Formats: sequence, structure tokens, C-alpha cells
Amino acid sequence: MAVIGAGHAGIEAALAAARLGCKTAIFTINMDAVGNCPCNPSIGGTAKGHLVREIDALGGEMGKTADECFLQSRMLNRGKGPAVHSLRVQIDREKYKNTMKYKLERQKNLHLRQAEIVEISRLDKNFWSLTTRMEAIYRARTVIIATGTYLKSRIFVGEVSFESGPDGIFPSSFLSKSLAELGVRLRRFKTGTPARVLRSSIDFSKLEIQNGDEKITPFSYESREIGGNRISCHVGYTSARTREIILQNIHRSPMYAGMIEGKGPRYCPSIEDKFVRFADKERHQFFVEPCGLNTDEMYIQGLSSSLPEDVQIQFYRSLPGFENAILMRPAYAIEYDCVDPLQLNSTLEFAELSGLFGAGQFNGSSGYEEAAAQGLIAGINAALKVKNQTPLELDRSTSYIGTLIDDLVTKGVSDPYRMMTSRSEYRLVLRQDNADERLTPIGREVGLISDERWEVFEEKQLTKKRELERIKNAVIPPSVEVNAMLVSRETSEISTGTRMVDLLKRPQITYDCLQGFDLNRPEIDEEIFEQIEVEIKYEGYIKKQLSQIEAMKRLESKKLPTDVDYSQVLGLRLEAIEKLNLVKPENIGQASRISGVSPADISVLLIWLKQKSQRSG
Amino acid sequence: MQMDPIAAISTAQGQGGIGVIRVSGEGSISIVDKVFRSASGKTLAETSGYTARFGKIYDQDEELDETVVLVFRAPHSYTGEDVVEISCHGGLYVTKRVLRVVLAAGAQPAGPGEFTKRAFLNGKIDLIKAESVMKIIEATGKSAARAAVAVNDGAVSRKIAEVTESLIDLSARLAVWADYPDDADFDADYNSIKEILSQAKTRLGLLLKNYDEGKVLINGVNTAIVGAPNVGKSTLMNMLVGAERSIVTEIPGTTRDIVEESLTLGDITLRICDTAGIHVTKDPVEALGVDRARARLVSADLVIFVIDGSRSLTDGEVDLLNSIKENKNVLAVVNKSDLEQVLDCDFLKNFVKDVVKISAKTGAGAAELEKSILRILEVAQVDPSEGILVSERQYFTVKNALEAVKEALSALKSGLTLDAVTVSINSAIDGLLVLTGERATQVVVDEVFSKFCVGK
Repeated sequence: MAVIGAGHAGIEAALAAARLGCKTAIFTINMDAVGNCPCNPSIGGTAKGHLVREIDALGGEMGKTADECFLQSRMLNRGKGPAVHSLRVQIDREKYKNTMKYKLERQKNLHLRQAEIVEISRLDKNFWSLTTRMEAIYRARTVIIATGTYLKSRIFVGEVSFESGPDGIFPSSFLSKSLAELGVRLRRFKTGTPARVLRSSIDFSKLEIQNGDEKITPFSYESREIGGNRISCHVGYTSARTREIILQNIHRSPMYAGMIEGKGPRYCPSIEDKFVRFADKERHQFFVEPCGLNTDEMYIQGLSSSLPEDVQIQFYRSLPGFENAILMRPAYAIEYDCVDPLQLNSTLEFAELSGLFGAGQFNGSSGYEEAAAQGLIAGINAALKVKNQTPLELDRSTSYIGTLIDDLVTKGVSDPYRMMTSRSEYRLVLRQDNADERLTPIGREVGLISDERWEVFEEKQLTKKRELERIKNAVIPPSVEVNAMLVSRETSEISTGTRMVDLLKRPQITYDCLQGFDLNRPEIDEEIFEQIEVEIKYEGYIKKQLSQIEAMKRLESKKLPTDVDYSQVLGLRLEAIEKLNLVKPENIGQASRISGVSPADISVLLIWLKQKSQRSG
Repeated sequence: MQMDPIAAISTAQGQGGIGVIRVSGEGSISIVDKVFRSASGKTLAETSGYTARFGKIYDQDEELDETVVLVFRAPHSYTGEDVVEISCHGGLYVTKRVLRVVLAAGAQPAGPGEFTKRAFLNGKIDLIKAESVMKIIEATGKSAARAAVAVNDGAVSRKIAEVTESLIDLSARLAVWADYPDDADFDADYNSIKEILSQAKTRLGLLLKNYDEGKVLINGVNTAIVGAPNVGKSTLMNMLVGAERSIVTEIPGTTRDIVEESLTLGDITLRICDTAGIHVTKDPVEALGVDRARARLVSADLVIFVIDGSRSLTDGEVDLLNSIKENKNVLAVVNKSDLEQVLDCDFLKNFVKDVVKISAKTGAGAAELEKSILRILEVAQVDPSEGILVSERQYFTVKNALEAVKEALSALKSGLTLDAVTVSINSAIDGLLVLTGERATQVVVDEVFSKFCVGK
């Protein structure tokens, strides 16, 4: 099989396929751009951190490499509730690239090649043919397209624009035409990145420092000791002058001059967008993040822009602490071709093009983590297809990965898609702490979890089960001390012996505060205590979500054929016919999530399905 | 296969003397057991299939109607599921109240064509019939949609929309708070969240409480028959309703209380009541009836003012007409057209929207009366059964949302973290959006991006 592109999606896809025993080739336009992070030097963040944990739980690579290359780690949203805890780390960008490249090089069955794929065509019933710029031809049973922002990409800096991939790397200029000839519907999206500024030109005394966590949680369930924080980040606010400069020069932005047709992400606006769209906000926050240990390039989060370079120099220098700032790389906007993901199945295979898969930014998402998650699923499924095995479909209730893919292939996208915890209706169940419990058994079945890791996992589950049993039986007797503690935490006293599990149900009571009273507490992993505590406190909510999940699964088990013309189904409303024909849902559950398909339409579909099975039976 | 229990009125609404409520699905027998007390003392759970029981339907302790209840056990029923059919005596008003208690006991309102759909899925209907079922669903869906539009223009929908918006706004704020922790502008403040949720709770609660008040589409037109003693009010009511409900005698002041009945005139439902004759009386019991009649007059949407055509207007009648002519739709019905006419109809027209001559005794003038009522109400085009279908669903929408809001409040008060609170808020939003088919996850995320400046 073949993977086009060696970014975050391509890497996971290729590693998974090779590890599952497929002879795999991965193509990159530039060997020095493997695993590149052309935007922020960080991995994780809200909901994205969940994705990385899930990738790791399934047997992917991103979490481990992030642990190896991290410079600073923070668990975000501590105190806001277990559903929204998310891990985010700053990484050493060069080290990350090199580590990933080396892993690809050493992987059995995997061949890393510098080559631009310019054409893709059907060779015969079983094989695709890939042609490189140098006119070499490869054949592959399955192909994963993971071209990121490189497809016919164009960079914009003020009035200047030219064809280019990120970081001065060649774009992939020919593949779009070949895909269009195969009948793939392409569209244009846009994204952008801020400038990189020389560290020694910034006066950090005018900025606020942001340190990492003292106690560090690794991403990977396999990582143990990963060391401490090596750097700090800084926070600042734009000045009145910044706003003035940007608004005075807004006509020179290619977005506002109408030069860019691509649709940009709503959640990642350029600084000029922020000042125009949110006119009542006088200042905006920005963050200064080091790009690595062996470089003085600093990434300025929050200030992406496509204004001309001379305006950029002016407005960056208007920031407090940036009076003498030297811009090493200017900020830019980049426009690229991507696919309308409604053409994909939830395996990430094109519904109409058997053996062809899409992953990552090519599918209309944004972000390294979203890309890697799709890459892993596409890689697994491309391999399972070669091996003639049942594909892996993760539904929404299993994971953020499943939610991400379902949103893409069912609802489609109107701008680059970013994962958020608010996108999951099951977020109390899909926590970052239980990613292994949810997904490692699936990864094991697929074949990406080693015997050694599986043993550790099973041991952990057993320990957890035993501890849960223990606290259901362990009784804490009333005493002056225990009641003093309870009162100090603003909860009621106990007058009879009370089971530990019942005390832990109280929102105010934690494992920690029961320490002195819980005499037979075993020496086990801290995170098991945390997990149990969450499951007890939120039991009612979790149970409710689980029953919703059950209801949804019943609908999802009713499969719909994908080759049906819905205009032939009697009783559907016109809007529903159009939407159903566009999405071609795989089951009733998916159909019910399409906006424009009403409960009455679902009734019609159920009857039609039954009718069909009666006819054929 | 047995699905979740559903219920609906399965006879043509407002027509005929009997209304049937059908309940189908898993647990439907135990649901009806909660509201039905049989004369024999036997529960429906102890009743075998194809068996009828006589008894009464209760709303808590209030007796609603005498009924005959039929039990069908799966798979031997129309839908192939456990089915209970409740036959009520009452008009539409009572039938609907019975439906309401059944829904409150745990059934969901049935969707268009849902009984037939289940019948098909359980193999009770053949293939050819199935195609007509889909047509029924399509047609009912369309007319329900039309009715939904009509209801959507109403004040109730506007209020629902307002609550939905406030919850979406709150949820979007909490999404920003959770998903963009670096954006320091928004602080999740306990008191303001509690305030918004409490407001939503109050407003949804009020909506439920006011739901039963007489509005054309929802419960029919609140109609009062008034007039001096012995002008023939009760005879008129009996003529309209077609049953001897009020006691009709020659002795003035026979009707001492309010008798209520609902009936269908053309396309609309009248919730009609016969009141005691309004006059000065020394009889304390009768005086009480007169007070009630006056109160009823205040709340009525339509007043049918009955006058004896064989005599002229009394001072009391002129006073009464003067007191209501500004604010009410008043229709004057000149009764006793079979006797010699003395009344000055032209003078009467100064006070009322229309004058119709009838003889309640002989039935003459009934068709004119009907036309006149429809013309005055200007609602001849409205189909109440559609409105009721939608309004019943709206009622449940609001009820479910209220439950979720209460749950959010109790999570907040008990000190659970806000991620649990947002889950409940979103299920309230999902509940309120159910009629439009949108999803909370989607609308909240859209709201985040349109209202908040977030991201790098």
C-alpha cells in the first residue's frame, strides 16, 4: 500500500499499515519536512489532548513522540471537571521531526521515499497506479492521500502571493487534476500562521510568565519517567497602537481585498479578523512559545496574519516587549485544495473509489492531532482491506476520534474542522483518563498492541476492579476527626459507619481527604484513584450517557445500502432526499444525525428497509 | 419487537360521542394501570388479551371520565405490541385530558403514522399496505408541519425560542470556558449560571402551567352562553351539543352551576359552557351560580348572548351588553323564533357582532348560527387536530427540557463540576430543538464561533 504525504496523518497511516504487516511506501515531497509542525510547536490542548491519548491507546505513535520531545507540559482545565481535562505540551520542533523520521526509517515493511506523486489512476480491479514527478510508477492495492496543506497550495503575504507549500517547501501542483479526473470533488480552504521572532529581540520582563505543571502526566500509557519542564512560555496583550496599525492597513490584507477564495477556520482567526469582527474588543491576548532547545525562533500564538511584511513588522513592534522585535519568518496565509469529506465512508475510504482513502487536512480538518487520528484509522483500514478483514469503524460513543470522523463524513465541513470537547455529546464518558479502557482492547484486536503492553493494561484493569470492590465494602466509622474534616469541607457529618464509596459520591470529598481514615488503602497508581473517584461522583450522568449510547447503537445497527437513490424511496421529503443522496449514510443512526432529515423521514427509512428485506427474503 | 410506549387519540378528534386513546409499546399496560381504576378492582396487569374492563380514569385524585379499557397482548394487537385502548365518553376536552395523564404516566406522544409503522415493522401489515403507510406519514408530516408553522407564529413558540436562545448562549459561554482556557475574558461565574438556569426553569414551568388555558389551536375556544333566566340557554346548549346535559325546565334559575362541554363546529372546537342566568337573586345557592357565570364571562373568548325574541330587552340585559361589548366577541342569539317576535333587532346590533334568530325548541336556525360563529372567530380555515398534535408534542418538549434544566441546577447546587452541568444544559437544548431537528453540539459550536473571539 502507499501513503502520499509524510505529515502527522501520513506518519500514523504508514506506521500502522506497516506494523499490521503490509508492505508500505510513504512519499514525501521533501525528506526534511517529515513530521513538520509548520504552525505552533505544541501537541495537544483541549479535546486535541483527548485525541492524542486515544491515538496512543489504539497503538499510534504521536503520544510517545510528543513525550520524547516535550519541553513543557500542562494539564489544562484542572478544576473544571474530568470531562474537560486536556493535556497540552510544548515540543522541540526539530527533534520531533527527526524522531518521527527515524521511526519511519527503522520500521519494518516501511519504505520512506522523497517523491512527489503527480498522478493516481486505476491500474486494474485490484491495484492503483501512482506516478512520481520523475516518472517512476508504483502500484498499490490501497492508497491513502494525506497531502495536508500542500495540494495546489498558495501563500499570501499582503499583495504578494505565490505557489508554495508551508516553510518554503514545494507544493503538490499536479495531483488535484488527477483526483478531479477520478471524480473527486475538491474545494479550497485557507489557514494561516503567525511570525517567528528572534528570542534575543524580545524583552520578556514586559510579559507574564507561564510555567508548566509540577507533576507531569505523559501522553502515552507506555511512557513512564519523562523528566521535567525545560522551558517557560509567556503571555501578553496587544496595545492600542497594534489595533490602530492593523485597522489602518486592513485594505492591504488579501482576505479583505478579496484575493483569497478559500474558506478559513472560524476558530483560528487572523489578528486582522479579530479586530474587524470583534470591533468592541480593544486588545487581544498572545503567547510566546519557544520552537526548540537549539533555536532562538519564537512562535507568537494568537497573531497569525496575511498583512504585508512591512505592516507585520510595524504591528509586531507595537506589542509590549516587542519594541525591537526581529521577524525571522513572516506570518502568512496559505490556501490549499482539500476534499469534501461527505464523499468518504466512516472507514475514511472513498465511497465510490474502492481502495482510495483520505486522511488529515486533506479531509477538511485542521490541526496535527486531528490529522494523526484520521491517519491512524485510514492506515488501519487500508491494511485491513489488503488483508481482506473487517474494517474498523469507531462510532461517536467510543471516542473523540469516532466523533471527529462521524462529523466529517456525516455533516461535512464548511471551514477547517477543529476538535472541541463541546462537539461530543458523550463527553463524560469519553474522558482522557479512560482512553485506554475504551480503546486499547480495540487496538489489541486490530493488532497494534504488543503482548507486553496488553499485560500491563489487563493488570491495571484488574487493580482498578479490586479497588472498586474494596471501597464498596470499606466502612469509615464516625469519629470526631472524620466529622471535623467533613464539616471543614462543608458537607454533613456522619453518625454511623459509612461506606467509602458513599462518601466519595459527595462532590466535596476526595480520595486525598480520606487518606487518614482509610486504613487499608493499597499502594497503587495515583491515576487509578482519580479514575475511580470520577466514576463514582459522576455515576448518574455516566449511566445516563451510557443508556443514550445504547439507544444510538440500536439505530446504528440498522445498516443502509450505500448504492441507493433516495428519490426512489416513497414518502421522503425533498430536502431529506437531497441530503441523503449527498451523504449516503451507512446506517439509520448516521442518517438521523444529518441536518434536514426529520424523525418522519427516519420512520420512512425504517419501513423502506424492512420492506426491502421482506422483498429479498 | 416492542418499542417505547406511545399514545395518541386515535378517533377523529372532536367528532362522535366516543374518543379512543390508543397506547402501544413496551410497558403500555402498566402505564395505563397507573391512571385507571377498574370497577372490579382488578388491574390491567391481571387482565388477559382481548378483554375489556370498565372503570374510571383519574388525574391523581380527580376523576376524569368513566371508560371502557381494552387490553391486547403482544403479538395479538394492531401494532403487534402490547396495546391498551381507552374509550372515553367525553368530548374532545376530556379525551385530551385523558391523553395527557397517559403521557404523564410515561408514554410519548405518537408521531405521524407511528402505530401503522409499528404494525408494519412487526409484520402485521403486508407489503402493499406499507406503501400507503409511507404516504400517510408523508401527508400527516406535511400537515403537521403546516400546523407547526401556525403554532410557531404563536406566543408559546416565541417563548420557547427565547428560553432556547438563553440556554444556547449559556452553553456557548461554558464551551468557550472549557475549550479555550487561555481566553481569559470569560469567567464561569456560579451565580450568573444559576440565575440563567433558574430563569429558564421558571419560564418553562410557567409555559407548562399556562398550557391548558383556552387558545384556539390548543384547547378550543373558550365560549360562554349567557343571558337572563329562562331565555333558553340550556336548550341552546343541548341543541349545539346534541345531548341532554343541562337540565331544562320551565322554572327560571334551574341552571345553578356551570356546565361545560366541548363540541366541534365546522373545523373548530368550542369549549362551551352554560351558565346560570345572570340576574339579581336572593337565593344564596343561585347567587353563587350567578357569580361564577360573571367570572366565566370575563375569561371567555366568545360570548353567546341569548335573548328571548318574544319580549323586549330588559334594563339588566342592556347593562350586561354594555359591560361586555368593548372587549368581547359577542354573538346575539334571539331564541324562540317560533313565538311572535317583539324584540328590536336593529337596536341589538349596536352591541354585538352578529344577530342570529333560532328556535332552540324546533332546531330552526342552527346552520346560520354555526356560520355566524365561524365568521366571528375568523378561524374557519384552522384544523384543530393538527394544532393539537403539534401542541401536545410541544408540551412534551417543554416538559423534558424542564427536567433537564432542573437536573443542571441540582448538579450546580450539589457542587459538581461544570462539565456535568453543561451536559444537562445541552440535553435541555436538544429537547427544545427536537421539533426543528437541530443538535445542541452543532448549534453551540456555531454560537461559539459567531459570538466569541477565540483561538490563536
